[in-house]
Amino acid sequence: MERDLAATIEARGVGLTFDAGLEALQEIDLSIDAGSFVSIVGPSGCGKSTFLRLVSGLSHVSTGELTINQLPPIEARQQQRQLSFVLQDATLLGWRRVWNNVALPLELRGVAEADIKTRVEESLQRVGLNQMANLFPHQLSGGMRMRVSIARALITDPGLLLMDEPFGALDEIGRHRLNDELLGLWCDRRWTCLFVTHSVQEAAFLSQRVVVMSAQPGRIRAVHEVDFPYPRPRSLRTDPEFGRLVARISEDLEG
Amino acid sequence: MNQKNHGRGAEDLRHWCGLTLPPLLTLGIVVAGWQMLVDLLGLQPYILPGPAHVSEAIATNLDSLIRAVSLTAQAAIAGFLLSFVAGFFIAVLFSQSAWVERSLYPYAIFLQTVPIVAVAPLIVMWIGHGLGGIIAVSFIISLFPIIANTTAGLTSISPPLDDLFALHDASRWQRLWKLQVPHAVPDMLTGARISCGLSVIGAIVGEFFTGYGTTDFGLGYLIIQTNAMTKTPYLFACVLFSTGLGLLFFGVVSTLNRLILRRWAAAR
Repeated sequence: MERDLAATIEARGVGLTFDAGLEALQEIDLSIDAGSFVSIVGPSGCGKSTFLRLVSGLSHVSTGELTINQLPPIEARQQQRQLSFVLQDATLLGWRRVWNNVALPLELRGVAEADIKTRVEESLQRVGLNQMANLFPHQLSGGMRMRVSIARALITDPGLLLMDEPFGALDEIGRHRLNDELLGLWCDRRWTCLFVTHSVQEAAFLSQRVVVMSAQPGRIRAVHEVDFPYPRPRSLRTDPEFGRLVARISEDLEG
Repeated sequence: MNQKNHGRGAEDLRHWCGLTLPPLLTLGIVVAGWQMLVDLLGLQPYILPGPAHVSEAIATNLDSLIRAVSLTAQAAIAGFLLSFVAGFFIAVLFSQSAWVERSLYPYAIFLQTVPIVAVAPLIVMWIGHGLGGIIAVSFIISLFPIIANTTAGLTSISPPLDDLFALHDASRWQRLWKLQVPHAVPDMLTGARISCGLSVIGAIVGEFFTGYGTTDFGLGYLIIQTNAMTKTPYLFACVLFSTGLGLLFFGVVSTLNRLILRRWAAAR
């Protein structure tokens, strides 16, 4: 049922040159099916976050063609309203309680109060934060804040979720836990997920496909299919087969 | 829970004592030193009255002083509130268009640099004698800090938060009320703290040039009168009451500030 909600992404020869003449992205070809989980890894400055901004419609391609469900990103965002973006920083509004932070997207869409109430509760429940609804962001740990950010992103029931190094600031245990939770949520709803990270292990654990990028200019260097079935158990992280895959991806990254 | 509150209360009390005791001690030393100086040098009260003479002047003129303070306070509060409201709307206007800000901001600085004592009689003449004119002077002098601080708060949104609202295709109006204004609250309060002291000065300056009618006069008028008649102890009493009014005002706004900012404290 959620299937037909998920978005497809098509990039053909996408390039982006900044005003100063810096070429951030060059010849990006990428096709992402509806409901799939794709990660992008690469050194800092390789344009992986920039690519997410293009997909979200926050910036625009200089060359090539990028479409979301056959529409230019900004039109797809405004017309279909199925995009959510979890930014690197939790970007919570410090003056709002958790509850009101999660409600923000619906508020901005003018959804009726009663509707907002049930959906906020549902969304908080999903990320296990219903006990924290009345706290302010500064009263939460980094991991909790990121959960709130995810609850806020999921409240609109998106068909496309963009995540820009969301767990980069967390310690390893916190990151593993949120990875497991994220996969649980994804298996449940199957939105299309485009996930940017600097951790090869995280990328491989989460996704069906890992795109490796190189820097200056940002290009796709390699694409790895990850065939482990979902749901993926925690023990996968110590699986030798998984370890070999991570090693291969890392080689591509460094090579 | 109770115990926690209790602990919190004791901590608050200690914090409060730590804040109030040092300045009170300074006050005691200054007052004692002042009296000693006057006694030692044998100064005439019209040149430098000692604390005893000032206290005497306060006691004899208490009714007029209280009446004057309350009138000045009324004008200052009105001037301050007006400047807060007007300053807020001007800052909102500035924040909506870089062109408007660039065109008008330099002139807003005029408010800050204009010698208020020189233009106050003009303002009183234009607006009219009495309360209106005094409020206008107070308003003008307390306006700029509100404009400057609020504008800074409204326009210093971090790029990721800007992105967040852009991604949700928030309207300009939504961005203003759900992002910029709440974000600017701490800055508005900083502006208010500066302005509230200025509003008292503004009211007193206004009162130099006009009263509130034939029988009612504010502190400014009393200051001019007592100065002209070399009633120096009474003049000192007026100055003390003016300062006290300013402090009281500042204290009220600062307390409000702290109460409101608890929520914003760690937000930025």
